[in-house]
Amino acid sequence: MTTTTPTFSSRAVSVLAAIWGFIRRIPPIYPVFFAIFITVGFLNPNYQTMNGIFVFLRRASPLAILAIGQMMVLASGGFDLSQGSLVTFVIVGSSMLLSNDPAKAYSTIGIMMAVGVLVGLINGTAVSFLKIPSLIVTLGMLLLVKGVAMYWSGGAPKGYFTDNFRVFGRGNFENVPIFGKFPIALFIMLVIAVVFYFIFHRTNYGKQVLAIGDNVRAAQLSGVRVRGIRVLTFVFSAFLTVIAAILYGGYGGISTNVGDGMEFQAVSAAVIGGTLLLGGKGSVPNVVFGAFTLEALFNLLNLIGLPKPYRDAVQGLIIIGAVAYAALTTRRKQ
Amino acid sequence: MATTTLPANGSKNFFRSLRIPPVYYFLVVVFVGGAILDFIFADGQMVTNPAILTNIFVRSVALGIVAVGQTFVMIGASIDLSVALVISVTAVMTSFIMNGQTENVPKAIAVVFLIGAFTGLVNGLIITKLKVNAFIATLGTTLILRGVLNATFANFKGSIPRSFEYFGYGRIGPIPVSILVLLVVVLAGWFVLARTRYGFQLYGTGGSSEVARLSGLRTDRVIIIAHIICSMTAVLTGLFVVSRLRAGAPWIGTDGVYDLESVATTVIGGTALAGGRGGVWGTLGGVLIFGVLDTLFNQLGINPFMKNILRGLIIILAVASYTIRSKREAA
Amino acid sequence: MAVQETQAETQPLLEVRNITKRFPGVVALNNVSLKFYPGEVHAVVGENGAGKSTLMKIIAGAYTPDAGEIILQGERVSFAHPVEAYAKGVSIIFQEFNLLPERSVAQNIFLGREPSRFGIIDRRQLHRDTEAVLKELGVENLISPSALVSSLSVANQQIVEIAKAISYDSKVLIMDEPTAALSSVEVKMLDDLVERLKARGMAIIFISHRLGEVFDIADKITVLKDGQLVGTVLTKNTTPQEVVFMMVGRELDHYYPPLGKPEDFGEVVLRVTDGSNDFLKNISFELRKGEVLGVAGLQGSGRTELAQALFGVVPFKGGTLEVHGKVQMIKNPTQAIALRMGFVTEDRKSEGLFPRQAICDNMLLAVRSLQPVFGYIFKDGLPKERKLVPGLGKRVDIRTDSYDREVQFLSGGNQQKVVLAKWLASKADIFIFDEPTRGIDVEAKAGIHDMIRELTKQGVAVLMISSELPEIIGMSDRILVMRDGRIAGELPAQSSEAEIMLVATGHGQAENNHSSVQAEAGKE
Repeated sequence: MTTTTPTFSSRAVSVLAAIWGFIRRIPPIYPVFFAIFITVGFLNPNYQTMNGIFVFLRRASPLAILAIGQMMVLASGGFDLSQGSLVTFVIVGSSMLLSNDPAKAYSTIGIMMAVGVLVGLINGTAVSFLKIPSLIVTLGMLLLVKGVAMYWSGGAPKGYFTDNFRVFGRGNFENVPIFGKFPIALFIMLVIAVVFYFIFHRTNYGKQVLAIGDNVRAAQLSGVRVRGIRVLTFVFSAFLTVIAAILYGGYGGISTNVGDGMEFQAVSAAVIGGTLLLGGKGSVPNVVFGAFTLEALFNLLNLIGLPKPYRDAVQGLIIIGAVAYAALTTRRKQ
Repeated sequence: MATTTLPANGSKNFFRSLRIPPVYYFLVVVFVGGAILDFIFADGQMVTNPAILTNIFVRSVALGIVAVGQTFVMIGASIDLSVALVISVTAVMTSFIMNGQTENVPKAIAVVFLIGAFTGLVNGLIITKLKVNAFIATLGTTLILRGVLNATFANFKGSIPRSFEYFGYGRIGPIPVSILVLLVVVLAGWFVLARTRYGFQLYGTGGSSEVARLSGLRTDRVIIIAHIICSMTAVLTGLFVVSRLRAGAPWIGTDGVYDLESVATTVIGGTALAGGRGGVWGTLGGVLIFGVLDTLFNQLGINPFMKNILRGLIIILAVASYTIRSKREAA
Repeated sequence: MAVQETQAETQPLLEVRNITKRFPGVVALNNVSLKFYPGEVHAVVGENGAGKSTLMKIIAGAYTPDAGEIILQGERVSFAHPVEAYAKGVSIIFQEFNLLPERSVAQNIFLGREPSRFGIIDRRQLHRDTEAVLKELGVENLISPSALVSSLSVANQQIVEIAKAISYDSKVLIMDEPTAALSSVEVKMLDDLVERLKARGMAIIFISHRLGEVFDIADKITVLKDGQLVGTVLTKNTTPQEVVFMMVGRELDHYYPPLGKPEDFGEVVLRVTDGSNDFLKNISFELRKGEVLGVAGLQGSGRTELAQALFGVVPFKGGTLEVHGKVQMIKNPTQAIALRMGFVTEDRKSEGLFPRQAICDNMLLAVRSLQPVFGYIFKDGLPKERKLVPGLGKRVDIRTDSYDREVQFLSGGNQQKVVLAKWLASKADIFIFDEPTRGIDVEAKAGIHDMIRELTKQGVAVLMISSELPEIIGMSDRILVMRDGRIAGELPAQSSEAEIMLVATGHGQAENNHSSVQAEAGKE
């Protein structure tokens, strides 16, 4: 407001204010992730090397991809709980289709992607047109898809993954400048994150998903084709699940319970990344870091000697806590 | 529903005055259709062999008991997806504490009912006091229970004593004890809903919490009690299941899909997802439909994995047949 | 104006003294004092926003007054909750139905007070108690205690509400627009019921806009205007016309922009011929470029339904609709938006805004839904969006430091401007406004009125629905008055409030039947 030239101190103050404003706008997920990751690094020296960090990121990549798909469904106000059993289906089904023949790797991947699109279409159609709450639809789909995987394999999948199938999940690009090795899974995840960053944050589609999750009625009155957008969102989620499953196949075993509970990991990662359950808010980069944070948290629980099943309990607390926090704070605001 | 007597307006409306939930007509259709399929593709024993006919009911006991509890919470416009895990916890804890000794039976039963009551209380408190959507809240408690259970028990642990098998296998005359237990639970559920102040309050709260509050009801308490009742029925189902399997394992509840099937049978029994109406007789009809289908699949020798596929399909279609008429967009 | 104070020899049953209630930005009630006597039906009338419902909610304990006191049978009372008021014998029947449709009549009447022993319902007693209440109302042959409420007609449901209210042994019964959904036969039945209650020595407070009924039922009529008491008259000493004149004639809260000049109005952009659906009958009108066509009418007269039909929310089933000279079938909002229509809804929060989304995203949503789902990134590109937003913001004069701010943190007036900007962005040239200034403070109101007029100068045609007559008169170049789902008449600009009210209530011009006019029940 003053017309005199600003003094040094006032300029410093404004610079500081600008920096503070920038810091304040950093989502809490980033400091949380680095705090947990650094703690893990102290407890386990493996994470102090570039190689160790890459191993960590490679393992977290499929979860990040799942979480991006889950986040979009959550942002539209729904849930996709069929993700985990779709992962199982893809892994079991791929091992059946491949029948140890490397030449079939790409056709197998193509078929699985088509199945993913189909599952997403059914989920979305049941929610949009049969008006069943997505929780019930996708839980039913969880049974159905897993049942198909079991039926097909007779409960005990035969065969193993060929190397050219496994390479996506476990392989590295060699001789990459600066890094040396670079995990293929991480590269795929980054490509997907960038593509879906644009799809979700820079297209009409993403804005309409958020609008539906925020206020369905207003979205209809603003001309949004609610049903179509919903179906598309479930298709994206299932499609990304197939890609994540192929990456999981790179390092995991082939079994009929490999995907169990993964849908909840994806929901937890999305919630940690600031996604609002029941819709209206979500961000691709934050959710990617949400997945990293969850993976780091699992490592931390492991290092302090907590049995693996407690991971479920931690996820339950995260989900309830996040929703309770959101419900109680919005009530105070009104 | 046979809850209130309506003055019959002439003999024309006789059937309407009986208030038979429509699900029973559907049950007849499913049964007749199933019997025909049975005669064509199998030995037709579903109708001719009383043992198999009885078996339909025995198979319905586990789902039926917990579905009564699910009906309570759903009439209150809530939902409980944690019942499957409560069943698992019950089964495991019972066989762990009993450890084959008859003298441990009372202790085991007391402990599991306490666990059930506590879970229901926590569910109810999270939903009413923390204002967390019931789906999400009970999904959250499911995860917590699963984590703690799987961390403590990895496989079958302990066993139940011979005496406790009476619940699962005993008979009074020609009638299995378990069927009597189911009937008692359904009757008790009907009595509470149709004849007590609590039942009236539950319908009021589920129908419109605004109207209920304006009439001076303490709606939070009504919902919490419904959740405690629901968890207790899950415990009873768990006791039945473990007495038949003779030992408990952590995957019993989830493999039985009790969460989704109890919701689906309640919905096809005429209790709306939105709450405020329905009753246990309708739910029993829904449960019997699932029992008939289950027995039919056995008769036809359908692969157990294929059964799971059909289950998923049936659940989605069953719920869809009721939601498709709704005008509101689902999410 | 003949305002008569009645002096009663008996003591009033209920008295309110110097009641004042302020809401942010408005004084809803200013120093209102009234007396209600036993055996008397006392109607309280007034325009939308006059303060009737607020007064009743204060009496029933739903609101607490800022000043003043309530005296019940000589004793000062204050109710924290309607349940307390019931216990003291003051019952209210709210505008919204307060019954459980899936439960029986008996279960509804005695909800929370069922006769019981050890928690088990005494069903015979419940049945008897219910029959007794129904008998008191003389409807025991009409309504069975075990009938489901959803199986009853609207009128009988209304009677059940009354039965529920008097079952609390009430001395004062407040009926807020009890006849809004009833046919004239049903209203007659209600009249008889009220007579019975009167004979029991109850004080009945009756809020309605259907002046015909008010004159049939009420012994006394009190008129409120802008939260002020205008006066109380004896029904037998007055006429509907006189009461209408007491109700209207509010002072303008601000100056309205000058009306359009007839030579500025362009071609017809919207023409409806004989449009009809479940709520509307024989709707025919034209809307010209550059004009503001006001739509007045009482609550339930079909105003909002007209807007929804035009915008494809609840489409017309019969008749023809021409937009920009071409016959169109508008079946959903997306089609309406593509035809360059915009709909600023009455309920901003639930129908117009995305509270957690940024201002810019709110503004651009309608235009986005017209573009290909993924097209935006390739076609328009990011820079253009950023360029569009500040321009829109300036056009509607939103005051904010950043367009990335979430809409939920804006004031009511600014939120309304965001909704406007949404339709400006989609290049709408036919605007439908449903209650454009409801719940907005005076200063922001003037801004929105200026903006609507500014739009018409840019060639936009405006259909403006409002329940506030000063707004209709201040803004409209022509006025349509609706009644019973039809267009009851068209009035020229600057018609008086009285002229509009007389057409809307069916007391105007040639129409003199006081039949079933839907009454104004807007929230005040």
